[in-house]
Amino acid sequence: MAHAAGAHAVHEAPTGFIRKYIFSLDHKVIGIQYYLLALVAVWVGMILSLYMRLRLAWPTEEFPLVGGVMTPEAYLSLVTMHGTIMVFFVLTTAPQSGFGNYILPIQIGAADMAFPFLNALSFWVTFLSFAVMLAAFFVSGGAPISGWTGYPPLSAVGEVAGPGLGLGQTLWVVSLAIFCGGALLGALNFIATTLDLRAKGMYLMRMPLTVWAWFITAILGLLAFGVLLAAGVLLLMDRVAGTSFFIPGGLVISEQIISHKGGSPLLWQHLFWFFGHPEVYIAILPGMGVVSQILSTFARKPIFGYRAMVYAIMGIGGLGFLVWGHHMFISGMSPYSAIAFSVLTLSIGVPSAIKTFNWLGTLIGGRIRFTTPMLYALGFVSLFVTGGLSGLFLGQPSLDLYLHDTYFVLAHFHMVMGVAAIFGIFAGTYFWFPKMFGRMMNEPLGKLHFWITFIGVYAIFMPMHYIGIAGHPRRYAETSGVEYLGSLQPVHDFISIVAIVTIAAQFIFLFNFFWSLYHGEKASVNPWECTTLEWTVPSPPPHDNFGGHSPVVYHGAYEYNVPGASQDYIMQTSPEKVTH
Amino acid sequence: MAEILAPGKQQDGVGGGGGGFHEGDFGGYGSGPPPGTSRRIYRTGMWLGLLAISMVFLAFTSAYIVRSGLSDDWLPIELPRLLWGNALLLFLSSLTIERTRKALNGGRRAECNHWLAVTTALGVAFLVGQLLVWRQLASHGVYVTTNPSSSFFYLLTATHGLHLLGGVMALLYIVWQAWHYQLGPAKRTLVEVTAIYWHFMDGLWIYILLLLSLWR
Amino acid sequence: MAVVLALAITVITLVSMYLFTVKTWWMPPYISEYGQAYDQHFMLTLVICGIIFFLAQLGLAYAIFRYRDRGQKVHYSHGNNTLEAIWTSATAVLFIGLVLWGSHIWARAHLQEAPAGAVQVEAWGQQFTWYFRYPGPDGRLGNTKPELMKESIGNPLGLDPDDPASRDDVVMPVIAIPVNRPVEVILRSKDVIHNFAVRELRLKQDLVPGLENRIHFTASQIGRYEVPCMELCGLGHYQMRTFLEVMSEADFENWLRENAPETQ
Repeated sequence: MAHAAGAHAVHEAPTGFIRKYIFSLDHKVIGIQYYLLALVAVWVGMILSLYMRLRLAWPTEEFPLVGGVMTPEAYLSLVTMHGTIMVFFVLTTAPQSGFGNYILPIQIGAADMAFPFLNALSFWVTFLSFAVMLAAFFVSGGAPISGWTGYPPLSAVGEVAGPGLGLGQTLWVVSLAIFCGGALLGALNFIATTLDLRAKGMYLMRMPLTVWAWFITAILGLLAFGVLLAAGVLLLMDRVAGTSFFIPGGLVISEQIISHKGGSPLLWQHLFWFFGHPEVYIAILPGMGVVSQILSTFARKPIFGYRAMVYAIMGIGGLGFLVWGHHMFISGMSPYSAIAFSVLTLSIGVPSAIKTFNWLGTLIGGRIRFTTPMLYALGFVSLFVTGGLSGLFLGQPSLDLYLHDTYFVLAHFHMVMGVAAIFGIFAGTYFWFPKMFGRMMNEPLGKLHFWITFIGVYAIFMPMHYIGIAGHPRRYAETSGVEYLGSLQPVHDFISIVAIVTIAAQFIFLFNFFWSLYHGEKASVNPWECTTLEWTVPSPPPHDNFGGHSPVVYHGAYEYNVPGASQDYIMQTSPEKVTH
Repeated sequence: MAEILAPGKQQDGVGGGGGGFHEGDFGGYGSGPPPGTSRRIYRTGMWLGLLAISMVFLAFTSAYIVRSGLSDDWLPIELPRLLWGNALLLFLSSLTIERTRKALNGGRRAECNHWLAVTTALGVAFLVGQLLVWRQLASHGVYVTTNPSSSFFYLLTATHGLHLLGGVMALLYIVWQAWHYQLGPAKRTLVEVTAIYWHFMDGLWIYILLLLSLWR
Repeated sequence: MAVVLALAITVITLVSMYLFTVKTWWMPPYISEYGQAYDQHFMLTLVICGIIFFLAQLGLAYAIFRYRDRGQKVHYSHGNNTLEAIWTSATAVLFIGLVLWGSHIWARAHLQEAPAGAVQVEAWGQQFTWYFRYPGPDGRLGNTKPELMKESIGNPLGLDPDDPASRDDVVMPVIAIPVNRPVEVILRSKDVIHNFAVRELRLKQDLVPGLENRIHFTASQIGRYEVPCMELCGLGHYQMRTFLEVMSEADFENWLRENAPETQ
């Protein structure tokens, strides 16, 4: 068979430290690099949110590292950088580029990604982008204050509109443009790998749902990041070259006349959200894949409705490109288009509901093992339902007339694309850690971490729905400026206290992660008794994954408790017959 | 998507047992996996790359159309006639890169090198031509910020030019390989994907010209 | 573990739902013609979401509790196409039905023009204050020029002294309107995007520089209502606030007269 010879073509295992761990072409090393980048980013983003919560609960207190009492503009730069770092460098980076890079090639039986060099390049480009983003904190004027959505004219006219809108905002745009480059290279690589490097017998409809999720996410990324790149270039030109793509004429800021004319602020919003809405699914789809994999594994039962799950991923991805207008209901775009956007938006509820039903269907009739990854996967389902349902309010322009830009929106997207996606990342971490590092993570610590985090995030984000309904606007540095907000201040205090506890609990995770790297129990090849290909190779896998031979796949990904089988799971590579 | 992919799943599934390859593997013909795998990966990758580039230009196009219809300050730009001459150069280079590819496939090394050189020269000539167009416009007082239409003109030509410069770099790399007598049959994939890219840049230029001249 | 998790999910679900029903934090009573329909549709959506929330979370809790590993036999199944078809079509009908059912509120607010004879007010946002302009006795809003926009000389909206229509325009930092009369607000911005939102009106609309967005409504309760800026506009965003004063017709006329510019 020709395949056996194939593995020799793969780049040789490097020996020097630099080639092995820093500028490695091995998808596994690159996956870990992406994961660690996201780990650093998530701590930065989380500390920023901690300071936001401190400011909201105790607006007049002094806190370390910020030099006295936090100013409103400091609060807004926290808002901006928290959002940007979390969305791009955590939610886009960890589940897709991190786990996807590490696991996808192994799950389809390949020795590496299609373009290892591009893979390494995409990581280093992303790394550079992160460095540029962080640099915004340290330039004169500080980090930008225009939010992660960077709406012009605020983001386009420069320092005259506020601190941080000078060099800080420019670095922000440049960083995003660089990030787009890295994301496009990564997306291209994922798609080519999935299309062309599957092992013999790994038909599309036998791929694990994780692979489907990464694959569709990559397609979304390939189509979406180019648009953000284009929008970023236009914004940068408005800022530094003096063009007027997004800046209208006749602006007067602080009694200064702005010389630009004729541009359209809404044009940015259209371009940004054409990227921005698919981006939401780029964050959550990989989590859905991971959760499907984990639920099936620990319920010891095939995933319920595999094909429906695949079509639902495609449906969510496809519809995701047609709904960007629901971010702009009250912006002044055509009110007729709002109706079309809202129908399409609520249609996304359908594939999302299919996924939820199928997850429940997978659990029912199973024999559930409550490991830490399983707890996180179950938590994901609960959070996804909660976060998804508030979308039914916001997707309707009629109801958005009141709810737009309130804490209700904040609650919605934090639940579904923030916390649910993070739960997907946690689930993936506890699940694949043994494969990636050869040791088990500590289960009691993992469970403790789960309980505090699960209850904590509900206690943080549920109340945001209530103050949203009471009309609390987003991105307010404090409640003193509006009378009716005064009565909502106790809710802020409550949220902040819970947030401090929940953030503190993340040290348990960090400790568990690094402690287990060195002292965790040694992991066997297949500690979870899972069926997919990564569990057929040593933990961690050798440089070329399959040790020079190519696997052959005989089954779909989720054959658990097949009647008449010799054990309660059948590996994808096992030639054992399955009679349906 | 699945409906499109599923019919081909049999062959998709059987192929590609190998793994990843990076640039260095081109030289190792014979010791690698079935050469078809590598060729297919590179073709897939190139098409995906072109898709991503298309999205960038699609976004620019929609911005162009929205912006032009939006305000009363839009003055259509007078397109220098040299642009059409440049288009002709690029079109010719598409023909010559095809000759390059055919010559390489037929094993006619000298002919291949000849057409390769011509293509590269035409590509460079196009870029120089574009620079001349910019100088012409600048000498008439038309700069990036003069009018939204000129902003878009510079934006579109510069973005296209940068992409074409990438193509020229690839051609120079191939020339360098040919110079060192390393342009064997294994390099066909490289020449082939460069040709795909080159044709795409040609088509993209025609598209940009049509956009600029028809939607004013 | 299973029992605790099932219990936790159940408790979280019930507490969350309870807090929605006590309405400790809730919308203030409405004062516009959209209010009744809005609140009804909000409740309908809330009830539907509440039922789904309850069933999904408790279904999850039940599955966790009932199918925990007690050595039972696993039911081998790859799914059920009939079930898939049922819940796909059921959710599609429910969700799309819901949005269409409620779209009349949107249509009334945005697809219908303001009725003829509506009181016209022009709202201007700037970092970080509001200005409202009334056409004055001549019924016409005069020209404004960006180069004349100077708060320091008392002309924040840049009224053009050469335009007779501008001279009688009334410019105020709060918005007053007569009760029970249709009002049209034309929303404009001097600098960045702001947002005009009055909770009691159940209305919200961006002020986008370069655009003239319009909203219309009829307020039915005399009173003073807060108008916070709801679109991030810079460091003073949180204190960019004004008031909507709904007055009797006579008070409104008085108010306009009292605040009319002195030079006639």
